[in-house]
Amino acid sequence: MVHSVLPEAMSLASTAQAGFTVIFTGDNFTRLLVGLWTSISIAGLALIIGIPLGVILGALRTLPNPVLRVVLRIYLECFRILPTLVVLFLAYYILPAEFNVQVSGPTVAVVAFGLWVSAEISDIVRGALVSVSDHQVDAGKALGMSGLQLLRYVRLPQSINLMIPATINLATRVIKTTSLLLLISVIDVVTVGQQIMESNRMSHPDAAFWVYGFIFLLYFIVCWPLSKLAQMLEHRAKERNNG
Amino acid sequence: MDWSVIAASLPKFVHAFGVTLWLSAVSVILATLLGLVLAVCRDYKIPVLSQISIAVEELFRNTPLLIQLFFMYYGFPSIGIKMNAEACAIIGMAILGGAYMSGAFQGGFGGIPTVQIESARALGLSIPQMIRYVTLPQGLTRSVPAIAANAIFIVKETSIFTVIAVPELTNTARDLIGLYYHTNEYLLELVIAYAIILIPLSVVLTLLERRVRRGSFRTA
Repeated sequence: MVHSVLPEAMSLASTAQAGFTVIFTGDNFTRLLVGLWTSISIAGLALIIGIPLGVILGALRTLPNPVLRVVLRIYLECFRILPTLVVLFLAYYILPAEFNVQVSGPTVAVVAFGLWVSAEISDIVRGALVSVSDHQVDAGKALGMSGLQLLRYVRLPQSINLMIPATINLATRVIKTTSLLLLISVIDVVTVGQQIMESNRMSHPDAAFWVYGFIFLLYFIVCWPLSKLAQMLEHRAKERNNG
Repeated sequence: MDWSVIAASLPKFVHAFGVTLWLSAVSVILATLLGLVLAVCRDYKIPVLSQISIAVEELFRNTPLLIQLFFMYYGFPSIGIKMNAEACAIIGMAILGGAYMSGAFQGGFGGIPTVQIESARALGLSIPQMIRYVTLPQGLTRSVPAIAANAIFIVKETSIFTVIAVPELTNTARDLIGLYYHTNEYLLELVIAYAIILIPLSVVLTLLERRVRRGSFRTA
């Protein structure tokens, strides 16, 4: 009884807010958050796989071996040139066909995003490592340090404050890109939103405005603090490097 | 790989290639103009407008294009604003692109050493003269690599227009895969089509970056 009266009373009270109530009816709110969590956990897994791989690739790109350099540069450029959506489709259609395995949507997404992250991280790491001045590296060599020791004690400590903000920015890009998951039939926050609109088509024809608006807000709430943090760290890194 | 499938679908891809190219060009131009306006509003701290600029930049940079498009395409009609898919796509991309382009201009113009402005003042240049001879030439040069990088970003983002059924490259490939299941052939065509647009752009970007870097070394 209460269930049927409450939305009706609210829609009578204000027609402009009719669609908005859909978000908080029943367990819709929790369902949307669960959908968002699916997206974020896929982004998180992709970062967990992609970052270590990218760090290794980036360190390899600072070596003087020309073949390695060219191969890894081509790897990076492939991801720079293809839209992420296309990379996702390639993984979605080709992984099951070529390896003859049944893979779920989330797995496809983690693999595709993980490879993309590794490519971008490799460029961040290489750029930061190269930015360490030659005197520092030469001084390390004069002290008799090996290549790995140079990396561990000279190059990494002086460049890590450049890598971290860039990595956080990349993380926000990955989170935003998870919105594409609905195209490879993963039940993400957008799919949940569409289900809610579908089941309220008759009672709340303006649900689309409020539900998509709410999802827009959810992504903003997740990404904005990360962007601000990256901005702050970047600012601090610049100040430290100048002073 | 079945070449007859590729031959049969080629006209459709050529058409979609044109659509992607056209939408990208319009989006890049509008985004650059909007970005310049946003950057000017912020740089000159124009009341109200500069706050709006900041809000637009933060909101659109921190949300996915797909949600922005869904919101405009499916959400706006319920409050009485109806647009066709192409208009929606272009407006969405122009605002998102503008939010990033503004950053490119701010970075470029913000990077001009204060000494340059002080010298211009000391020489007695008027404000328009200073903009014409000191700020614009240096600021634009410094902005160009970031603008080119954003242009590449915009071209890639047009692939997301597929979600509101704009008949661009990705949408065409998805339609064909759904109809005929020649997945490998259509994906190959899709990849090649994007490579044709984006490889030259990427090469231009690399050259521009090198040139600007050399230019700034000379003045340093």
